[in-house]
Amino acid sequence: MHELSIAMSIVEMAEEESASRGNAQILAVHLRLGPLSGVVKEALLSSYEMACASTPLAGSQLLIEEVPVEVFCPRCKTRVRVSSIQWMACPECGTPTPEVLQGRELEVTALEMNE
Amino acid sequence: MSAAPRLLEVRKNVLKQNDVIAHALRERFRASRVFVVSLVSSPGSGKTAFLEKALTLLHARCRVAALVGDLATENDAARLARSLAPVKQITTGTVCHLEAAMIQNALADWDVSQLDFLFIENVGNLVCPSSYDLGESLRMVLISVTEGEDKPLKYPTIFNSADVAVITKMDLASAVEFDEPIARKNIQAVRPGMEILKVSAKTGDGMNEFLEFIETQRSRSRATSAV
Repeated sequence: MHELSIAMSIVEMAEEESASRGNAQILAVHLRLGPLSGVVKEALLSSYEMACASTPLAGSQLLIEEVPVEVFCPRCKTRVRVSSIQWMACPECGTPTPEVLQGRELEVTALEMNE
Repeated sequence: MSAAPRLLEVRKNVLKQNDVIAHALRERFRASRVFVVSLVSSPGSGKTAFLEKALTLLHARCRVAALVGDLATENDAARLARSLAPVKQITTGTVCHLEAAMIQNALADWDVSQLDFLFIENVGNLVCPSSYDLGESLRMVLISVTEGEDKPLKYPTIFNSADVAVITKMDLASAVEFDEPIARKNIQAVRPGMEILKVSAKTGDGMNEFLEFIETQRSRSRATSAV
């Protein structure tokens, strides 16, 4: 369960941004999360609430956009979405592929703030 | 007057701090020409027994050392020290994984250029370590024959983040009716093309193949990093 330390990093990052903008109040943090990041959405959401407590971000929301895993299929020569991370293969032709193009994301993309 | 909330684009990797340190470590390892292998697995899969055997064999022929992470106790470092290789314990307290900064601190007073191989044994955990780059040259995931062939399907992320899989405790395979083809199929499903090695630290079976494997990997990485 490392989501709490990750949530704390998110809060820290948002606090820094807020401080550099005259302590603007942060209403929400937008995050892109891939299944291969090793972070569980539900655990991160509840950790976020804890991490925000008694910080200027208390009461703010964490809005998570889940990013599907996409790989490059060497046979179809195209980018495809895998049907499950238990089967890293092209859903069209079944060719296994280790080439992950997307799905490891754990990034803050935007902050909603009152200025 | 109430201004509408403003959306500020940032695009920042949450683990950037870790990644920056990991990157610096990787550069340091490359410049020092040391090949760094990290080990991840669930608790009790035989990481320490395997590493003790590997260190003992390697210590006889090259310069090797290890860092070992655990929540508490220095027991693993004491076990590994029997190999006569330099070993340092990293106790993480309540933290369920190693982070790049912990490696950096542990190596602060070590001259890694005096080493050919450095092993980093992560905390026994198949979930959390997958998110943290440690600057290693090679990440090895271990799975013991006693754990069940579907472990890769249950923990696809860590298997996906690893470069090679090692099946341990092969001496127990027939006793627990380990289905090797199924285990291999499951590993390949979550990480197509991953190399799979089999070892028994107890009997020593497969250890030579393992040593050959990492020596080849090391020569390869030296060849590609030599400018």
